[in-house]
Amino acid sequence: MDLKEHVVQKLKEHFPGTNFETTDYRDELTIKFPKEVVVDVCSFLKFDPDLEFSFCEDVTAIDWAKRKDRFTIVYQIYSFKNNFRLRLKADVDESDCKIDSVTSVWKTANWQEREVYDMYGISFNNHPDLRRMYMPEDFEYHPLRKDFPLMGIPGSIPLPKK
Amino acid sequence: MDSDLKEIHPKIIQALLDTETDITVDDALENEMVLNMGPQHPATHGVLRLVLRLDGETVIACVPDLGYLHRGYEKLAENMSYYEFIPHTDRLDYISPMANNVGWVLAVEKLAGIEAPPRAQYIRMMIAELARITSHLVAVGSFAMDVGALTVFLWTLREREKVLDIWDILCGARFTNSYTRIGGVANDAQPEALAKVKWFIDQFEDNLAECEKLINTNRIFIERVDGVGVISKEEALDLGFTGPNIRASGVAYDLRRVQPYLKYNEIDFDIPVYTEGDSLARYFVRLDEMRESTKIVRQVLDKMPQGEVLLNQPKKVLPHKTEIYTKMEELIHDFMIVNFGINPPPGEIYHAIEGSKGELGFYLVSKGEGHPWKCKIRSPSFNNIQVLPRLLVGQMISDVVAIIGSIDPIMGEADK
Amino acid sequence: MGLESLLKQDGYFTTKVDALIAWARKSSVWPMPMGISCCAIEMMAAGDPKYDIARFGSEVMRFTPRQCDLMIVAGTVTYKMAPVVRKIYDQMPDPKWVIAMGACTASGGIYRTYSVVQGIDQFLPVDCYLAGCPPRPDNLLNALIMIQDKIGRTKAAEFKNAKPPELELTQRN
Ligand code: SF4
Repeated sequence: MDLKEHVVQKLKEHFPGTNFETTDYRDELTIKFPKEVVVDVCSFLKFDPDLEFSFCEDVTAIDWAKRKDRFTIVYQIYSFKNNFRLRLKADVDESDCKIDSVTSVWKTANWQEREVYDMYGISFNNHPDLRRMYMPEDFEYHPLRKDFPLMGIPGSIPLPKK
Repeated sequence: MDSDLKEIHPKIIQALLDTETDITVDDALENEMVLNMGPQHPATHGVLRLVLRLDGETVIACVPDLGYLHRGYEKLAENMSYYEFIPHTDRLDYISPMANNVGWVLAVEKLAGIEAPPRAQYIRMMIAELARITSHLVAVGSFAMDVGALTVFLWTLREREKVLDIWDILCGARFTNSYTRIGGVANDAQPEALAKVKWFIDQFEDNLAECEKLINTNRIFIERVDGVGVISKEEALDLGFTGPNIRASGVAYDLRRVQPYLKYNEIDFDIPVYTEGDSLARYFVRLDEMRESTKIVRQVLDKMPQGEVLLNQPKKVLPHKTEIYTKMEELIHDFMIVNFGINPPPGEIYHAIEGSKGELGFYLVSKGEGHPWKCKIRSPSFNNIQVLPRLLVGQMISDVVAIIGSIDPIMGEADK
Repeated sequence: MGLESLLKQDGYFTTKVDALIAWARKSSVWPMPMGISCCAIEMMAAGDPKYDIARFGSEVMRFTPRQCDLMIVAGTVTYKMAPVVRKIYDQMPDPKWVIAMGACTASGGIYRTYSVVQGIDQFLPVDCYLAGCPPRPDNLLNALIMIQDKIGRTKAAEFKNAKPPELELTQRN
């Protein structure tokens, strides 16, 4: 059986009540699910002996600006065993800007989630060290949100005196 | 002795002899201290800042602090067209700009559903491998310099200059090249450039062997890095090592082999793997990879077909400059692409190449507009630096520079 | 300098103290390589055998600001980095000069973004702006010659009342 169908079928078997949306674009499989099950799905994908998605390449987010579920968290994971890359997605709304951290599954996600927190202001539950990654600690805004201007807010970061 | 004692006030002597008094001498080795290293430090390869907690000379905790070079690439990408972002990729991993150019255009081509002509693909392969050589040369040289062998650095930089001269002929820029285009490369590789590439790889192996001899017979170097900063296969995977670093820990993960892009599946090359996982192994992997790269470049030169270097697809690919000046249709296409962009269909892709430092991936989301809705750069250095705290804990303070040098982070890419 | 011939003629020569000090100063400029990003690589290239900054007496790159008199700011200065650059500048002993290497340091360059300082002259006095992204190493050598000219033209008295630096910084972390 095709590996893509295999992954989707296994997920559906293991999480019967959960709604999985799959898309296949340019030969890349994307699976979208509600954010409540993110840790369960991730640890299932990692520890299932058939799949073994043991490498989390990237965690990021997308800001859809005016949509109802404003943010989407995106995980790129990779299975050495099957040489297969999979994309996971979960929607997060601005009113409840939280999602469970997957650091317990992949340690790599630690900094990547911190980056998402810094850039989008989405906080991660149970994250061991949720601080800003790039911007100064006292910076108030989240630069990659679509409503943040490219040139920033003048005077938001102080410069030393001449 | 007696006369010495007489000069000291008897009260002090009494106090010293008296066990009840509270005079204690602070033992430096029994106190913890916090040491700030960077962001301006010659051995942190840019503006990496480490906050180290030391027990005597042993590191007991390490917190890297990034962001001193955060330039806002992802925000910039959302505000400019796919073409305009090519020069920005130069400055990501600024030791090997060509490889980043290749990574970006491959990602955009995948999003737009086009493919460059074969000759362009071979040229891209050649420049990516030469970029890998320059990157590893700097990595090896500065690694050796960090642990005290300065000459190697001058020698490797000399070799690097030769490649920069090739870039100069190829695209007119020494360093920030922006040579690739969506759908091909900016101009065909001139015969002089190809001849120079051939000359370079012919003499490179001997010169590399010379550098290698200089380092490998340097006992100080070997003893300072052997067995330092060991990381096991499982941990390296879990923490997100990629590139030469993970191959030094015994994982043969190389995107050129596992998910071949360009024409790598037509090329015969080995993937050097070491199992020790220490700093020395990481250095050896880089040396061997340079040899493999010369092998690849040699094959590419042999196999390179003749033909076009730019795809003939006016809606997606910029026409050549001479045509713009002489033909009306090309002028219109040029105008459309420059003003409105190439408008790839809505969708999202992730494409990764094996950059010089590791897996360099671009995640692009298109809404069918001229500029990406979202661009995420999966930079290898960022993830490699994440392993630093794990590697540094338990090591001596003087090994810190050796370990950073062996990981070879580039902050332009880590901070984005 | 052709001093030997003068000495041969008369056995002495006259000059101004200013000129003597400037002459002594200008050919031994010790740079402080404030390498931040891409431009730093070209700055390194200026020190390599091909371009050889040693011909101008400036190969002594010291990484401690206390020993230097010329700061080469090479690379994009972000808002987070700016206090660091300023602090290092303040630690350098007078007299001191600054080269702003590359478009980024001069004006923010290609980064018109929220995190990049649009020109380091907002918080640092700059003596020489160097165009290019990155400037070629030969261009850096040219800037060095210009700085040497400037040093040669400066009177020693101008440094007499050099003020001690004020350290007014926002302390982070
Ligand atoms: S001027 Fe150009 S090369 Fe220099 S630091 Fe800025 S972007 Fe990099």
